[in-house]
Amino acid sequence: MKAHALLAMGLLLWAPCALAVDSTPPLPDPVLQQRYLALTHELRCMQCQNEALADSPVGLASDLRRDVRELLQAGQSDDQIRDHMVARYGEFILLRPRMNWRNAWLWSAPALFMLIGLIIAVRVLRDRRRRVDIDESDADVEPFER
Amino acid sequence: MNRYLLPLAAFALLLIVLIVGLKHAPEKGVIVSPLLGKSAPPFTLPDLLDAQNPLRSDALRGHWSLVNVWGTWCEECRTEHATLLQIKQQGRVPIIGIDWKDDDARARSWLADMGNPYDHVGADREGRVAIDWGVYGAPESFLVNPAGTVIYKHVGALSPQIWAQEFLPHLL
Repeated sequence: MKAHALLAMGLLLWAPCALAVDSTPPLPDPVLQQRYLALTHELRCMQCQNEALADSPVGLASDLRRDVRELLQAGQSDDQIRDHMVARYGEFILLRPRMNWRNAWLWSAPALFMLIGLIIAVRVLRDRRRRVDIDESDADVEPFER
Repeated sequence: MNRYLLPLAAFALLLIVLIVGLKHAPEKGVIVSPLLGKSAPPFTLPDLLDAQNPLRSDALRGHWSLVNVWGTWCEECRTEHATLLQIKQQGRVPIIGIDWKDDDARARSWLADMGNPYDHVGADREGRVAIDWGVYGAPESFLVNPAGTVIYKHVGALSPQIWAQEFLPHLL
């Protein structure tokens, strides 16, 4: 019973986050609206932190959506708008981090691991082939060894 | 022996990377402000208590200031208020308030009831100035030097300890 009540309370706490939150009318220009949707999905809500601006019901998110709309209508490019946000809130506001010297090693990690895997695979295969070769050359001499 | 050496070395390396990463990780939930070391963003706001005398960012020039972002909807700000009054009493720095997305009347009665620690309070009704300052949750406090450069930022309620340990050393 108690558990049920707790669960219900927990779910209620989440309820505001589940609603469709951006109730502003779409921008008249469909291209701008498309860019607006893309940008608000790749910028972080700094209050709900793991949500995008587009999905967050808090006041700060709607203020930041307003700013994105205004900057778009002022003719700014997507990169200019991202820079505008980063200048205020830091790289953390970008849900898709940019590559820079500090995180370059992280970006290169998949390629690096792929390379390591390939080297290991080649060595294992070569090793196995050599063993098979030896087995075959030995076969005539000592057929009952194994 | 040899066949375990390489994986072991790789594992040790991974451990070192993870430990270094954890040691250097910023405090959980606190975002380092890109504003630190940069000029305070310029702004003009209507003064909450004196309509004739708008609050301009020029007010931050020529002396150290504490810029405090607050709102009557913010419970932590109520906790913090006593500390702000103490800082005011010490008289080391003027406190500039930014009343963030608030109801003016409610904000005035908050200051009338609990005391006013601010030299100026700007009413940021649309929340634009707060965004320029990179504010993401009240209360937030900034220490600005006489040249108008942001030196330090604290997210969350101030306490006498935080003031003494994190702010005062900059003023010496």
